Amino acid sequence: MLTGSEQRWRFAWGIAVLTGIFLFVGAAVAALLSWDTGALPSRFFTAYTWRILQFTLLQALLSTFLSVVLAAPVAMALARRPAFPGRIWIIRLMAVPMGLPVLIGALGLIGIWGRQGMVNSALVKLGMEQPVSIYGLSGILLAHVFFNLPLAARLLLAALERLSPEYWLLSSSLGMRPFSVFRLIEWPAIRRVLPGVAGLIFMLCVTSFTLVLVLGGGPAATTLEVAIYQALRFDFDPPRAIALASLQIGTTALILGAMMLAPGPGDGGVTAGRAMRRLDGVSSPARAWDGLMIITSTLFLAMPLASIFVAGLKADLWALVTSAAFLRAAWTSFAIAFPAAVLTILVSLAIIGARQAIADMRRPGRIMTWLSAVLGATSFLVLLVPPVVLGTGWFLILRTFGNVASFAAILVGLINMLMALPFVMRVLAPAVESHRRQTARLATSLGLSGKRRLWRIDLPVLARPILTAMSFAMVLSLGDLGAVALFGSSDLTTLPWLVYSRLASYRNNDADGLALLLGIICLVLTMLGTAGQRRQRHG
Amino acid sequence: MADNILLDKVGLRLGGQHFRFDGSLPGGAITAITGPSGAGKSTLLNLLAGFEIPDQGRVLMGGTDVSGAHPSQRPVSLVFQDNNLFAHLDVFTNVALGIHPSLKLREADRQVVLQALQRVGLDGFAKRMPGTLSGGEKQRAAFARALVRQKPVLLLDEPFAALDPGLGISMAKLLLELHRETANTVIIVTHDPQEVARLADYAVFVESGAITLQAPAAEFLARQDLPALTAFLSG
Repeated sequence: MLTGSEQRWRFAWGIAVLTGIFLFVGAAVAALLSWDTGALPSRFFTAYTWRILQFTLLQALLSTFLSVVLAAPVAMALARRPAFPGRIWIIRLMAVPMGLPVLIGALGLIGIWGRQGMVNSALVKLGMEQPVSIYGLSGILLAHVFFNLPLAARLLLAALERLSPEYWLLSSSLGMRPFSVFRLIEWPAIRRVLPGVAGLIFMLCVTSFTLVLVLGGGPAATTLEVAIYQALRFDFDPPRAIALASLQIGTTALILGAMMLAPGPGDGGVTAGRAMRRLDGVSSPARAWDGLMIITSTLFLAMPLASIFVAGLKADLWALVTSAAFLRAAWTSFAIAFPAAVLTILVSLAIIGARQAIADMRRPGRIMTWLSAVLGATSFLVLLVPPVVLGTGWFLILRTFGNVASFAAILVGLINMLMALPFVMRVLAPAVESHRRQTARLATSLGLSGKRRLWRIDLPVLARPILTAMSFAMVLSLGDLGAVALFGSSDLTTLPWLVYSRLASYRNNDADGLALLLGIICLVLTMLGTAGQRRQRHG
Repeated sequence: MADNILLDKVGLRLGGQHFRFDGSLPGGAITAITGPSGAGKSTLLNLLAGFEIPDQGRVLMGGTDVSGAHPSQRPVSLVFQDNNLFAHLDVFTNVALGIHPSLKLREADRQVVLQALQRVGLDGFAKRMPGTLSGGEKQRAAFARALVRQKPVLLLDEPFAALDPGLGISMAKLLLELHRETANTVIIVTHDPQEVARLADYAVFVESGAITLQAPAAEFLARQDLPALTAFLSG
């Protein structure tokens, strides 16, 4: 319970933040729509935009299908082997692609699957003529599977581990064969979360930017996001960008709408707590199959990561670290990422606080209930308007005020903030809620309020999740190429942009070294952000 | 003798449920609030504590209208079923918060906290963190805080429900002793008829959002004419 003035303040902050976000996003969309509307309808469905839309959906559909179909046997194998040495590390490895800047992952994939990579060298030695291509559709699919298979596997594994342990004992005492176990136990559990998991991955693949930029990008393999970027950056053709952006918003809106109807993908948390006894996994064929699945998927994930490391070490790291270009880019990256992360936290807390204030009202009324729902959905709705579209809109607005480059850093920071918002909310909202459940009545009855409660009760407990969320937001911003791609220049060079421009000018060695450095920075930040969690569990 | 608590035609609507409480809870005595789950026991306690504000009617404590007062402005201390302690603060600090939420303590205040801990049987627990305490020890610490707050009314919401039965009995004994020493007014929500017999001077039966019976404990436990009460007493 809050005192009256606290309630008013939280409410005011929530409204202010909500207004700010809507103005920021709305202005970008309005700027897009008000530009040269006369010529627009004819540009919506030219042969070009139609092809781009088709390719966007096709690659997303195939990526989703492959990721989920390949993840299912891996998840089932891991579920059937609840205890083997190294299992926890394999599951942790599966979390790495999610936290890895996409550009770095792409470099690792090129290192293994590229023209000079391990796989193709081996294939040529075996006398194969046509090596696997990392570029074009096949490369995009490969990369999307690399990033999304582990995500799907973790979510499916969590769904399987949520089944009660008695199911497995019962199935073996009933003498079920593996296929019956699959049909009667595993598949129903997977099917429940499948729409959510597939929807999430489909959304990620439709809006995928960096991978398509690096591995596709030719006229035959371009998604809407990359096409918008090309229309602005290379051809400076705003009407085409607007037509593409409208298609993009329409498509994502449809997908988000469909996803809201489907049950959520659940939580990817590892539930290794309960002892599972899987008697159905003792036969040798079962062991062999599970081993094959686990080893193959581990190699598939680990090899590109190892390649980043090995290739990065080949570069002259010391010279890179001390080079003016690196230091300037690192400074720029931090100068954008840190304020963006702090702002994300403040915005999230304002949204959470306002919703709490509304929940505390005894009879919120229809308007308040609606407002609370809007506040809750805001962080989610920003996914509707992808970074490139936001950047395009603001580019058009700011162009009239002079050199866009001078606003670019602030713009990139704000766009990064919005991109991080859904993730930060997912960390903070449950933490704040459980803290409130445990302490609200007690603190109120003791007359703890305002600053006193903030310093004595709230901050000591919430500092940890806030740091975790902040490290997420910073890593996201540090590794982002999507927002900076439109504005990247010699005036605004972040670390990913530096890696990308080195790659574009075929200085792969430098790119590898820089990617390793960026990867290490992100890894350290993630470790700092999550370090206290284990300690807390013991305490 | 301490003042009675008056519920003057208190009306409240929560969701689709209507509550109507009217009556007086005797001061300086222990009153047990019982009834089927969902009948409104906790709502009644929340009205007294200030977590709910009545739509109509008044709540009076010590002759003062506290109907709209913030929970911290009421002459009450609270002990919940669990989460009575802030998990990140040690036992001493948790108890000291009862003296003043700013924790600006004089030496005399520190002594008061230590004496309260000693009184509830937690001598030497001052520096311990709540995570290292058993369920009973946590409730003892909550009692210690209620002691240092020196409020005339103590509200307890099923304080022993999460404890083993044996432990519940010894905690009830401690509560009784503290009550005799401080002569405070105790209102305890419970679903255990034995607890009513052990502790209460008076008992109140809450049914579908209203008080349907209020009587001295012995008479309350002997009543046969209310089906819901009979079910409660035999359950």
